[in-house]
Amino acid sequence: MKMGTFIIRRLLLLIPVLLGVSILVFSLTRIGGDPAAAYIRENMTEPQIAAIYEKYHFNEAEHIQYWYWLTGIFQGDWGWSKAAHSPVTTAITEYFPATFELTLISIIIAVFVGIGLGTISAVKKDKPVDQATRVMALSGVSLPIFWLALILQYIFFLQLNWLPAINRYDTILYVNHPFTKYTGFYLIDTLLSGNSTMFVDVVKHLILPSLTLSFGTIAIITRIMRSSMLEVLGQEYVKTARSKGLPEKVVIRKHARRNALIPTTTVVGLSFGGLLGGAVLTESIFSWPGLGRWSTSAILTNDSASILGFVLIVAIIYVIANLVVDILYAYLDPRVRLG
Amino acid sequence: MVKRRLGVIKKAMAPRLREWRYSLFLFRKSMLAMVGLAIVLTMVFIAILAPVLAPPDPLQSDPMIIPKDFHQPKPPGADGHLLGTGKLGADIYYGIVWGSRTSIYISVFVVLVATIIGIVLGSVAGYYGGAIDELLMRITDIFLSIPGLILAMAVAAVLARSLENIMLALIVVWWPPYARIARGQVLSIKENTYVEAARAVGAKRSRILFRHIVPNSLSPMIVNATMDFGVVVLVAAGLSYIGFGPPSGYAEWGRMVSDGQQWFLGTTMYNGQFMNPWWMVTFPGLMIFLFVMGFNLLGDGLRDIMDPRLRR
Repeated sequence: MKMGTFIIRRLLLLIPVLLGVSILVFSLTRIGGDPAAAYIRENMTEPQIAAIYEKYHFNEAEHIQYWYWLTGIFQGDWGWSKAAHSPVTTAITEYFPATFELTLISIIIAVFVGIGLGTISAVKKDKPVDQATRVMALSGVSLPIFWLALILQYIFFLQLNWLPAINRYDTILYVNHPFTKYTGFYLIDTLLSGNSTMFVDVVKHLILPSLTLSFGTIAIITRIMRSSMLEVLGQEYVKTARSKGLPEKVVIRKHARRNALIPTTTVVGLSFGGLLGGAVLTESIFSWPGLGRWSTSAILTNDSASILGFVLIVAIIYVIANLVVDILYAYLDPRVRLG
Repeated sequence: MVKRRLGVIKKAMAPRLREWRYSLFLFRKSMLAMVGLAIVLTMVFIAILAPVLAPPDPLQSDPMIIPKDFHQPKPPGADGHLLGTGKLGADIYYGIVWGSRTSIYISVFVVLVATIIGIVLGSVAGYYGGAIDELLMRITDIFLSIPGLILAMAVAAVLARSLENIMLALIVVWWPPYARIARGQVLSIKENTYVEAARAVGAKRSRILFRHIVPNSLSPMIVNATMDFGVVVLVAAGLSYIGFGPPSGYAEWGRMVSDGQQWFLGTTMYNGQFMNPWWMVTFPGLMIFLFVMGFNLLGDGLRDIMDPRLRR
């Protein structure tokens, strides 16, 4: 199969899955009680309430309501977010860059550290380095992320006072060194504004949350990288490379690691889901103004339109991320395309 | 007569017993797995002995509510509070001991129910194939396309805040992977000759599936379930930390961390001294970590033993 056909086929397969997700999400809104409750205020009269039922089609049959809801989703009407005091779509576009910046930095950290540790661990199998890495990887998947966040805040903010504990930048510093928020990605915005003071400040604010968020993913990537590296190191072509007299460094970097990376890419895609989930906890602890913190405040105010908008957007991001990874996988490993 | 029958059974069981003994031998050799087992057993003992280790107040109807003295948080060791006190003077040690019951309750219930649902749906899909398979697998796809914690959040958000509803939300999240594994297992096992033989003697399809195929497909699921006993508690603690689940003051470790959080970067006064109440968050979090780590170590060890490819 050609790459183009492969991508198109995978894209088409996404449609039923996303439709299914929308049905699931819609059913949840209806289990959660009367959807009209979000629009009704205390001082409304009977006819006003009736008008709301009429306007949002809440008095129709369930499947017709679903149809209206779905067309609304496509027309950009995702409902009203009480938590953000704005339409859900506006809230998503406002909070998305913060979350994206955080998760992207975290995944970059996780990929580099995880691949590095996994490689070392496999090459030095059963040596102290390997044992230490394995224990670290196991504790990485066992640590409650919200607890890790608090402990890091305790050490690096309260005790050592090296790094800030909350927010994306220092608001007082911002007053003296303002920068234009072109994209919402502050690393880029500060650079575009040529504002080095704020750039350093933004980096400082990113360190603790991104370390917290990446820790679990580092562990997962390390484990997979170690086992696929071990498998590859036992292959004939590695033996061949060694017997040709190639230096060990070259054998590991060029022959073994490149092939061991293939299974690791899939895990990166899957762990992206864990990252998005972890972002919810991380953001609320670090007061990070992203989708995650918005969703937790939505939960605390019983704001179902926001919660479901959040779930839907996360599902879309997650599915697309996995699609990208699958395409990458097919690109890296030509055998996949045949299947 | 009975003796002879026992002899027959023994003979029939012999290879299986040998297999078990060998597994046990391998398990004993694995240091990390033994550490995991030790942690898990300790947790179980703490849970069983909770009324002895931390006797509840006889006047309190529910032992899961942590007793409090409504004073400022006190450091570990103060006034007979081994690990100090937390919000409203709730005894941390008491919460930690009784919290082990909550965690075991959550993990056993969620994993068992999710595995059973997963096995039934997955093996039916794998065995019967065709339209049922297609339908069931597309449904699992939908559930798997939403990150676990977030799907659980969405389900928990539309339900009332309680421990039971957290568990319900976790079951919704946890069955699809098991359905996937069960289906894969059944697909490969149903091609075996002994299944063919059962079919040849005229066994019913449901009997073949649940007596011959499913019992032989369990081992990868046991490894998964062992690790999930821990992971379920981790996610449940996260949900409980956000604010789903039991109310403040309940013996649940995630809830205890969130109760302690507001003090964590602040100060409390004890005996005229200002201090930072680090103990409120540290101890319950450490318990979650140990609990999850124990099951992860155990599961990791079990996988090495049960997977014949990793054995030799």
